[in-house]
Amino acid sequence: MSTRSIVPFGPQHPVLPEPIHLDLVLEDEKVVEAVPSIGFVHRGLEKLVEKRDFNDYVYIAERICGICSFMHGMGYCEAAEHIMNVEVPERAKYLRTIWCEMSRIHSHLLWLGLLADAFGFESLFMQSWRLREKILDMFEYSTGGRVIFSVNKIGGQRRDMPDDMIRDFLSIFDGMEQELKTMAATFLEDYAVNTRLRGVGFLTEQQAHDLGAVGPFMRASGIALDTRKKGYAAYPNIEFEPITSTVGDCYARTDVRIHEIFQSIDIIRQAAAKIPQGEVAVPVKGFPNGEYMMRVEQPRGEAVYYLKANGTRFLDRVRVRTPTFANLPGMLETLKGCQLADVPILILTIDPCISCTER
Amino acid sequence: MNVFSFSKTTLKNLFSAPATRPYPQQPRQYPERTRGHVEIDIEHCVFCGLCSRKCPADAIRVDRAAGTWSIERFGCIQCSYCVDSCPKKCLSMKQTYTAPAPEKSVDTYQKKPAAPAKEPEAAPKGENEHA
Repeated sequence: MSTRSIVPFGPQHPVLPEPIHLDLVLEDEKVVEAVPSIGFVHRGLEKLVEKRDFNDYVYIAERICGICSFMHGMGYCEAAEHIMNVEVPERAKYLRTIWCEMSRIHSHLLWLGLLADAFGFESLFMQSWRLREKILDMFEYSTGGRVIFSVNKIGGQRRDMPDDMIRDFLSIFDGMEQELKTMAATFLEDYAVNTRLRGVGFLTEQQAHDLGAVGPFMRASGIALDTRKKGYAAYPNIEFEPITSTVGDCYARTDVRIHEIFQSIDIIRQAAAKIPQGEVAVPVKGFPNGEYMMRVEQPRGEAVYYLKANGTRFLDRVRVRTPTFANLPGMLETLKGCQLADVPILILTIDPCISCTER
Repeated sequence: MNVFSFSKTTLKNLFSAPATRPYPQQPRQYPERTRGHVEIDIEHCVFCGLCSRKCPADAIRVDRAAGTWSIERFGCIQCSYCVDSCPKKCLSMKQTYTAPAPEKSVDTYQKKPAAPAKEPEAAPKGENEHA
């Protein structure tokens, strides 16, 4: 047996802008074990709910994460609406679906760029982020913010999208889909990219199930689960099937995410065709009393919001289980037996969001 | 699997316009809905303090006695919750962002007193010294 050595990875690492620290136990170049430590960016956002009006907390919930900010705000609002028995107008539900899917495209494009950057393909990284910029512009046109949108409120949406704006967006998506196809060809068929992704970081279906993996990380291992199928916002009226792969390596995760971008564009088209006219918000009176557990499918996987209210302005407790937290055990499993040079790519393929995880 | 799969994009980029904008020479055109900073029409403000109570970041201070409305420019998170809740609709969201600065600034707006004779009642002498 060769000598074991420990190499620290992070909390500052070029491949990942967020702080996660791993102690990698190595035998020569092979990783035997990875010991994680997190807690560098804890902000106490869950505790803050005790001091903030439950309506104000929507803006704090959005700031849990900069990528899935819309879905964090929406998850919190939907949970509060369930407690207060508020029926959101149909148009608001469709708007939520459209913005959710735009967030997913934006998150996956960001991730594809980071992945390209991790294996040293700078120009592919720039192409991904050039496309992502169009989504950010669309967000700014429709919500007024590029990253933090502040359009959710308990009882509906704060802004409406006029029909001509939705039509403009659809034509942008048509052009974008063509560019995406060209870019996807490089990710999925290029020889150099394939050598970095194929056969690296296997997670079997059984492991994904046992370790409680979520999102594209789980679906790439063959489990066809998607919380959107459980039905929230306007998803019950949208036809789609979860995208899966049975391989379970880094290539499969890339493949699943790329196809999810195309699926999101399709969902937006369906939602735009079905969106009804009408109000986007209903007035909400009184204070919530009770508890509810809301599950939403974020770009990285399933997020769980638990709200406990006591009939006053201030909630008793908000708990958020973020997808990255659920994916960490799976990631540690895939790290075992990999080469040191593959560690950054492996960590990236779960699409980690550490500020979500630590809140 | 193929090689040179990116060459098409490379060639296209060689003969197309840049995706970026030469920033200081060509300033950005903001969309209509951009939330840049909050502005107040102080003459219509009634100092009810609703914006201050609603603000999730505690960035707004309203002093009814002194007739001032102040905002911490770098504390504001541009959620426009105050704009929505203002009963007199004297708050509005403007598209330009607050310029970067070496120090965090507080902008204070003072309402012109309607009748100068009433001023001593509104702000009694010595109150500011204790504050």
